[in-house]
Amino acid sequence: MEPNGRGFAQLYLVAGAADRLSSNLLILLILAAPFLGAAIAAGLPRHARTSAAILSWIVALVCLVSLGALWPMFADGEILRLEIPWLPSLGVDLVLRLDGLSWIFCALILGIGALVVLYARYYMSPKDPVPRFFSFLLAFMGAMQGVVLSGNLIQLAVFWELTSLFSFLLIGYWHQNPAAREGARMALTVTALGGLALLVGMILLGAIVGSYDLDVVLAAKDQILADPRYVPALGLILLGALTKSAQFPFHFWLPRAMAAPTPVSAYLHSATMVKAGIFLLLRMWPIFGQTDTWYFVVGGAGVATLLLGAWCAIFQHDLKGLLAYSTISHLGLITLLLGLGSPLGAVAAIFHTINHATFKASLFMAAGIIDHEAGTRDMRKLSGLYRYMPITGTLAIVAAAAMAGVPLLNGFLSKEMFLAEVVSGGNGHALNSALPVLATLASAFGVLYSLRFILATFFGPPPTLLDRTPHEPPGWMRRPVEILVALCLLVGVAPALTVGPFLRSAVISVAGPNPPYYSLALWHGFNIPLLLSVLALCGGGVLYLVFGKALAANTRGGLLHLRRLNGGYLFEKAMTGIVKGARWVERVLGADRMQPQLRAVVLVALLAGAAAAVAGGLPITPDWSAPAPSDYAFAGLWLVGGGCAVAAAWQAKYHRLAAVVLMGGAGLVSCLSFVWLSAPDLAITQLLVEVVTTVLLLLGLRWLPKRLEEMKVSDAEQRRSRRRRQVDLVIAVVCGLALAIVAYAVMTRPMVEGISRFFVERAYSEGGGRNVVNVILVDFRAFDTFGEITVLGIVGLTVLALLRRFRPADDSLAAPNQRQAQEHALADGPTPGDALRDTLLIPRVVMRWMFPFVIVLAVHLFLRGHDLPGGGFAAGVALSIAVLLQYMASGARWVEERLLLRPILWIGLGLIIAAGCGLAAVGFNRPFLTSAFQYVHLPVLGKTPLASAVIFDLGVVLLVVGATVLMLVALAHQSLRRAKRDEDAAEEGA
Amino acid sequence: MTEIVLAIAIGVLSTAGIWLLLRPRTFQVIMGLSLLSYAVNLFIFAMGRLRSGAPPVTSSGLARPELYDDPTPQALVLTAIVISFALTALFLVVLLAARGATGSDHVDGREPAE
Repeated sequence: MEPNGRGFAQLYLVAGAADRLSSNLLILLILAAPFLGAAIAAGLPRHARTSAAILSWIVALVCLVSLGALWPMFADGEILRLEIPWLPSLGVDLVLRLDGLSWIFCALILGIGALVVLYARYYMSPKDPVPRFFSFLLAFMGAMQGVVLSGNLIQLAVFWELTSLFSFLLIGYWHQNPAAREGARMALTVTALGGLALLVGMILLGAIVGSYDLDVVLAAKDQILADPRYVPALGLILLGALTKSAQFPFHFWLPRAMAAPTPVSAYLHSATMVKAGIFLLLRMWPIFGQTDTWYFVVGGAGVATLLLGAWCAIFQHDLKGLLAYSTISHLGLITLLLGLGSPLGAVAAIFHTINHATFKASLFMAAGIIDHEAGTRDMRKLSGLYRYMPITGTLAIVAAAAMAGVPLLNGFLSKEMFLAEVVSGGNGHALNSALPVLATLASAFGVLYSLRFILATFFGPPPTLLDRTPHEPPGWMRRPVEILVALCLLVGVAPALTVGPFLRSAVISVAGPNPPYYSLALWHGFNIPLLLSVLALCGGGVLYLVFGKALAANTRGGLLHLRRLNGGYLFEKAMTGIVKGARWVERVLGADRMQPQLRAVVLVALLAGAAAAVAGGLPITPDWSAPAPSDYAFAGLWLVGGGCAVAAAWQAKYHRLAAVVLMGGAGLVSCLSFVWLSAPDLAITQLLVEVVTTVLLLLGLRWLPKRLEEMKVSDAEQRRSRRRRQVDLVIAVVCGLALAIVAYAVMTRPMVEGISRFFVERAYSEGGGRNVVNVILVDFRAFDTFGEITVLGIVGLTVLALLRRFRPADDSLAAPNQRQAQEHALADGPTPGDALRDTLLIPRVVMRWMFPFVIVLAVHLFLRGHDLPGGGFAAGVALSIAVLLQYMASGARWVEERLLLRPILWIGLGLIIAAGCGLAAVGFNRPFLTSAFQYVHLPVLGKTPLASAVIFDLGVVLLVVGATVLMLVALAHQSLRRAKRDEDAAEEGA
Repeated sequence: MTEIVLAIAIGVLSTAGIWLLLRPRTFQVIMGLSLLSYAVNLFIFAMGRLRSGAPPVTSSGLARPELYDDPTPQALVLTAIVISFALTALFLVVLLAARGATGSDHVDGREPAE
């Protein structure tokens, strides 16, 4: 069964009988309608209880009718596929796949969903936001449909997690109730974790098969079992399935989920949610059903859950609690049947799934009615209700009898099949010999708790502990229970006529086209299963007679404290442990202080580098040739540069100005090194940037706190900081040494052929420039440069934004000493030239006159950039230096009165020009930022290559000058702002 | 021999830079970042091997790559120089804003507890 080609919404019919288009639409409708309904219901007003119910009712009915219309195609186990391409390049399609098994699950989800909707209309209080409830319910319904309709493993896992999410919302619907929140959280944690495991398992399975398509995977059984990875894949998938269907040891979430409104419990714990796990087991059964891993894990979990659930159910006083543990027990029964691995076991499992859904949903609803009308679900307070609500009572009795496995009801039939399967021994494992005893025991427990449910609630003396007189519920609230109980009876009396065909098509899709023989008759003659059934019924009755009183009086948990054997306790422990662990990690590795963090970063980088060097080796081939004279000069240069760097580090704390100057020295030396080593472009840029950076730092110094060596701290602090300094010094020296060694090792290694040859060879022929570095920047790698100038522009704007909110610290507010002295000196101070207006008198004149020359230099750098050292970055920085000089010489006000500075506009223009230059290429059907060039004859200059990349470079210039000027001006304006505030204060004072 | 000088230079610059990076005062950290970026720029540049006196621009016509210095690390470093300038500017302003807002120039925004 290969999926066919990839048209839009292609339909694949194995034995097509019906109109393709209509079945196409129907299957889509079944999946989409609930989600659509959920969206609409979410938008309804808070009190629109009835409209929301009607909407949900219509959605469920429409889906149900569509599903019914599709039925004729499934009589012989056909598969209906609908593929919608989603990410075809990754092989991910939306595949809807409907076969007999999914059909029957869909029918359960939609049918019981419709009944639950009707029931919830009467159950939910008008005080609650009921449309929200229906919205969640419909969304959950859609997610469940998605799980059973998925024809793709990943898609299945996604819908699986969606069911976990929506069940969380449903269980926690009464979020004002802490128990509901707790239960919802626990259900989500357990089932969603299982879902994650499932996803990993599905990915593994997909990796084994090479496809995520369910049909392909199902057809690849031998390939999967031959692959050693199948065990982990199976384990993870089972983890998902067993958490979802509340199997031991993950069963603990289910009883806590009873804090949900009863319609939710009736829906989630009968036909949906927990049955998703069963569905997945059924889906995987054809592949893994006969393996030992499957037998031990699934069968073991099943038998443990069957017994534990039944045992715990006996001791419950809460009606819903009893039903919850009984659900766990019945799920264990189904899981055990699947674990046996025999085809008849699978048949019985499907049959019991259907039966359990019907009687359990009706019982939950009945419990909800009792709660609704009597005000409590506590069996110790309830008694003799039959006289007040005979109809509900009768319905509940029939449903409970089905649960106990009384003949003529559906529960009896599937329980018979179960017992028969257990007795026959399935796959012949030795362990199976104990199963008949255990199964009978669990059945007897089932009889016992069913009896207790009925007798304690409906019979006995009239209740005395109720605060109201119970009565029958509204007719429409009882109707869903009536329908379900009628189904229990119908199936129980005439199974072959009612459920037979549906069961057959589901069995075919699980057990293959030749399903084993099974009989849906009521009477199979006197045989061992019948004997066991009778034994269980009588045993349960006897147990009730003997222990009934004791059970009614027991404190919660009952004998042997099996409740302790409860993952819930471990779960809580684990959650507390996780929180504690997280706190511990936060305390130890916490991001509280900066220095330890940075130290850790540096050390990790060092270790990573060292590890790489150790693992890969770091061969060094020293060059022992005698040093040339020029090497001495270079060494002398770096003696200065290194000295500057060390001195800057030493002085950075107490003598910031000196440190800035020294750092500039180190920068200049590295600039000279670039010249020395044939990189003039770098030298130019470095030199210009160095100037701007220094000015920037000088502007910032003004706002930093005074830090004088005389400021003493405590001795202890001093010792600590000395120790820190020593440790850091060691770290720094080791890192520096390591970097030096690595640098030397690389430099002395022969050059590897890289991409540079390509650039050098094509710079002129294809880029129209002789300066390869510049051609790389504005042509070959222009997109990188475009990104870079964007970053620069963003930084400029960020600086502006940060400084707009800037409030200097109090101790930086006063004018600096020198300025104060100068202001006091007035026009003619003690010595001429001391006054403020005389500051920098000669440099000021020089700087003003330099303005045009620096601009000419910038233009020169720009124009020659494509062919000679220079370029947009250098030109931009040079231009901003021209502006900067004026600010330094004459002050912000003087400059702004005379120059029109619009740095933000320039940034924008620069970006637009650069992007426009790139888009122009798109206009010529070339990729973004493709450049063109042409030789043109210009007057005076002669034949010149003119590249469109020059326009791009113009954008770079504008942006660089805009961003740089913006930063410097924003910083310089801080002094003005403060001065203005002083003036304002002075005016107020006057 | 030029190589060993430059390697030592890179080592000294990065030692000074890293030591400053680990200091408690923001101004020290900004100086450290600048020194470290010198070291890193030289390091990246050195990946193209050292060569003095190589012509900086190609002649017209078909160029012979072996004549020229490796342009790729140069283009990278040119970008890096401009970006480290932007980084310094941004960090300086953050530093000033933090100092204004917290009143402290400690990297944690508060003086260490005694």
